[in-house]
Amino acid sequence: MQTNPVIKLDEIHKVYHTGEVDVHAVRGISLDIFPGEFVAIMGSSGSGKSTLMNMIGALDRPTSGHYWLDGIDVSTLGRDALADVRNEKIGFVFQGFNLLSRTNARENVEMPMLYNRQHIPAHEQHTRAMQALELVGLGQRADHHPNQLSGGQQQRVAIARALVNRPALLLADEPTGNLDSQTSIEIMGVFQKLNQQGITLVMVTHELDVARFTKRMVILRDGKIVTDEAVQNRSVAEDELQRLRQEQQAIKLAS
Amino acid sequence: MRIFASIRIAGRALRRNKMRSLLTMLGIIIGVGAVIGAVSLTSGATKQVEDQVSSLGESVVTVFSGNFTSGGMRGGWGSAPTLTVPDAEAIAGLKNVVAISPEVRDREQVLANGLNWNTQVLGESPDYPQIRNWTIASGSMFSDVDVRSLAKSAVIGKTVADELFPNENPVGQTVRIRNLPFLVVGLLGSKGFNLFGQDQDDVVIVPYSSHMHRITTRTFVNDILVEAASDQAIDGVQQDITDLLLTRHHSKEQDFTVRNQLELMQAVTATSRTMGFLLAGVAAVSLVVGGIGIMNIMLVSVTERTREIGIRMAVGARAADILVQFLIEAVTLSAIGGVIGIGGGMTFSWLIARFQHLPTVTPVAWIVIAVVSSAFIGIVSGFYPAWKASKLDPIDALRYE
Repeated sequence: MQTNPVIKLDEIHKVYHTGEVDVHAVRGISLDIFPGEFVAIMGSSGSGKSTLMNMIGALDRPTSGHYWLDGIDVSTLGRDALADVRNEKIGFVFQGFNLLSRTNARENVEMPMLYNRQHIPAHEQHTRAMQALELVGLGQRADHHPNQLSGGQQQRVAIARALVNRPALLLADEPTGNLDSQTSIEIMGVFQKLNQQGITLVMVTHELDVARFTKRMVILRDGKIVTDEAVQNRSVAEDELQRLRQEQQAIKLAS
Repeated sequence: MRIFASIRIAGRALRRNKMRSLLTMLGIIIGVGAVIGAVSLTSGATKQVEDQVSSLGESVVTVFSGNFTSGGMRGGWGSAPTLTVPDAEAIAGLKNVVAISPEVRDREQVLANGLNWNTQVLGESPDYPQIRNWTIASGSMFSDVDVRSLAKSAVIGKTVADELFPNENPVGQTVRIRNLPFLVVGLLGSKGFNLFGQDQDDVVIVPYSSHMHRITTRTFVNDILVEAASDQAIDGVQQDITDLLLTRHHSKEQDFTVRNQLELMQAVTATSRTMGFLLAGVAAVSLVVGGIGIMNIMLVSVTERTREIGIRMAVGARAADILVQFLIEAVTLSAIGGVIGIGGGMTFSWLIARFQHLPTVTPVAWIVIAVVSSAFIGIVSGFYPAWKASKLDPIDALRYE
């Protein structure tokens, strides 16, 4: 295959200088992720996955090594250039949703477009936000504020916000950490649907159940990759949901 | 530019906390309101003074007699009898002099109609009403012939008329001054109180010659009123009078003084200016206090919205975007506060004007100053919090609880 990787990590190291002790959080990671992949990055706490995530998300720069995102060497960019990369190339989905409260769903989704280098006219912002919300199945809830939405719905708004600038990469940090199992499966269903449409996804999680919805699993330990393999017996969200419903039905009948 | 987006974001943030925004603005509202109120009142007072002085006649020059020195004690201006009627006549011949009136002043008991009244009796020339911009309400002014013939004619002010001839037309009647009958030929229009609180209508005016020969037996006049052709001619006329009188009096030392109404006006308005500056100073202090209030709230707001800042940075806001957003919030707070303050200050001074009968004028320049300085205070007090916000690390800001 001759396609260029979306993410190319080359011998990435990250050292934090906190007080007298240097913390070597990431110790030489090399990784290629190609368009259309759906990757889970796994590891226990302290494995360096959050640090790696921050660097992939262009929130932080590696101490040494190189990182090409969509052909751009991000590891050498300054603060403002990193902000532009985050705006144009990456969509973020967080564990805590991180929506702006007292701001309705549509305005939350429009927010990244306010910071676009190219001026996007207000009516186009509006249309694109509505398209993104419809994509995650929340077209009817555009005027709702976050406190009027369930956790799953809030996370869908966050996904719509991540997609609205048409990024090369969707980055999710423990996206199901605050959600119950059924809602988690629903969110994974949204991700699988997006992935089928060709969107590249990278997700950090420590739950194996969630990771099984992806196509490729990368496991970290002590700042190094220990496993990098394709997912066997991949879960499909629709089937899982059906099975969950049947189980609930069975519990009801039994009681 | 994304400035309009930033303005929208700032507006939304301020509307979210209406009560807090209002309280924050209060400092600026009070500061600007105080400045505008103080300036309106003092410039109103200044305007009143200027109006009164110009009603005296702006192009009038007054020559006072000199200072009387006896055994080393100096009596001050007007204490020495140095000015004479021939001096006045000589001044009348100068260039750009349109009218003169040698003035003699005295207080006398005036009798009429079985009533009596103590009042100021002035000896003047027939030009006096013209010099003072004074109208004759009924009858007429006495003439030059009256001056030459030492006529017993008088023109009386409204207060004197009210006291001596209640419900009667005084013109054609007789008043007695030092037992001499003076025929009232005219009634002056009402002029009201002057700057020093004196009733200008409490006056009887007779020809200066009659005053000097019949009422008092003086050979010198108190002062000479001179009207110049125009405002611009005043300086020249003052100089000419000084030169002329120095020659006529053959004295090395100047035994008279020449003043114009402008100087008088400046002396009086200086007081109200000082007062105005004092009030403006107090108001400026409260503006600074208002600015500190804004800075305080903006700092709280930045801490409170650390997470929001993190989210915005994560989706691509540059440091400058965050800086501008918070700066605009601060400037919006202080600018709206400034506008409300201007409205409040003007309303306040309008109310004062209504109930205290004081004139108020709000100079446009001060409105501009108020707007500019409140926006400036917004920028200054908003800058540090905004800068602090823009320097946040997106990772830390996102983790902030």
